[in-house]
Amino acid sequence: MIQFDHVSKTYPGGHTALDELTLDIRHGELLVLAGHSGAGKSTLLKLVAALESPSSGRVMVNGLDVGRMRQSQIPYLRRSLGLVMQEHRLLMDRSVLDNVMLPLQVSGEIARTSKREAITRASVALEKVGLSGFEKALPVTLSGGEQQRVAIARAIVNRPSILIADEPTAHLDPAYARDIAALFRSFHAAGVTLILATHDDTLYSPYGARRIELAHGKLMQ
Amino acid sequence: MSEHLDALQQAIRRLVSKPLTALLSALVVAIALTLPALGWALVENLAGLAHGMTGEPEISLFLKHEITGDATRAVEQKLRNNPQIARVRFVPRDQALQQLAARGGFGDVTGALLDNPLPDAFVLEPRDDSPASFKALQAELSAMPETALVQLDAEWVERLAAIVQLGRSASLTLALLLGTALVIVTFNTLRLQILTLRHEISVKLLLGATRPAVRRPFLYFGLLQGLLGGLLAWGLVTLLLRLLAPAIEALARTYSVTLSLQGPDALQTGCLLAFTALLGWLGAAISVRRHVQDGLVD
Repeated sequence: MIQFDHVSKTYPGGHTALDELTLDIRHGELLVLAGHSGAGKSTLLKLVAALESPSSGRVMVNGLDVGRMRQSQIPYLRRSLGLVMQEHRLLMDRSVLDNVMLPLQVSGEIARTSKREAITRASVALEKVGLSGFEKALPVTLSGGEQQRVAIARAIVNRPSILIADEPTAHLDPAYARDIAALFRSFHAAGVTLILATHDDTLYSPYGARRIELAHGKLMQ
Repeated sequence: MSEHLDALQQAIRRLVSKPLTALLSALVVAIALTLPALGWALVENLAGLAHGMTGEPEISLFLKHEITGDATRAVEQKLRNNPQIARVRFVPRDQALQQLAARGGFGDVTGALLDNPLPDAFVLEPRDDSPASFKALQAELSAMPETALVQLDAEWVERLAAIVQLGRSASLTLALLLGTALVIVTFNTLRLQILTLRHEISVKLLLGATRPAVRRPFLYFGLLQGLLGGLLAWGLVTLLLRLLAPAIEALARTYSVTLSLQGPDALQTGCLLAFTALLGWLGAAISVRRHVQDGLVD
């Protein structure tokens, strides 16, 4: 499903985030990326979402070469992924429901179907993350954990086959972190391919996750 | 189509959400464009005046001294048969001398003359009053063997045409120069708007929005702002013409000219609005091309 073939990524300034990385991620897999800060975990995720392009090597996502993709094709790749970034990236002046409906709006799904259908799908996503009843709330009135759940609901509203999360529990207290991890495990159980970058792999390892560790942009065996 | 409608709605919402800012920006555009638009309207009135004046331009044809009697009548007949000439008036040499004598200061001079030095003449009114036709008719008349001199009274027509042309060029140059003000105002308004919405744009691009989809509402915004500026400019020009009309019409009357100032007609108004909308769109296009980039996603 996702292949990294001798992929290197060097940023302007000379910092090498990934160094000749080769990796296969299978359909329906739960992959946990471990490693210290600066190990290359975020860069790996950004390469999958075409937020960065490789300096050398090849990244294939669903049969598409991300590095050679035309600029106009990239949005369509991103629509097929669910992205949960380290910062929630929520629109604070919009309601929780509007935030969750945003992927349906940018993909033209609302225009193709109806706003009522979009509201239903967003409500279902919010229900899955345990935020029913919060539709009209502004994200700024929610706790960090709740904001993260909104971001997760937004990532799954398009029913992606691949879900990518970068440190989704980094700023949460242990109880919230366990709830979020349980959510991700439930998505995996539903057949979603899950790639998670985390410092705390104990939340996933006992549940059949494949754990790989990165150090200085290389895969640790 | 629905994407365009959605983008237009977003642009209208942004415009309406900050009415004072929108109005001030549109006013800057309007004031910048009022000067050339007003200049253009005045020039068009002047051009209309040149066409519509009752005093038609004339050509004076002076015959050679030896042309008299039947030869003069033959020339008159030839002139009357000329399709380019609308009216022919014969001025005999004696009448011309009397007219000269009647003018203040010339009575003593003409009385001292032993012989009438003035030739017979014709005053002609051409059918076509354009300077080019005047010149062509002058050449034709000068080529007649009976002709001593052809005097063109069309200099004022040429002068007026030159003034009108100069006015048009000046208005156009001003419009182009001040039109850049519109582009700059729109560019800057949208730069600030994009900076304000940077986070939202970044999130949308992250979630798979295409760049054209992100840029579209801004383009519509620029177009609408230009259109609003154009409408205000049209209102200002109409108002100023009404305020200036009494003074200009009074000035025209001192030259025995009847002038009624007209505001921009439907075509001119349409051109003004299309021009301002196009410039607004251009300013927006430059701004979004420069500021909405994929680099916003990081």
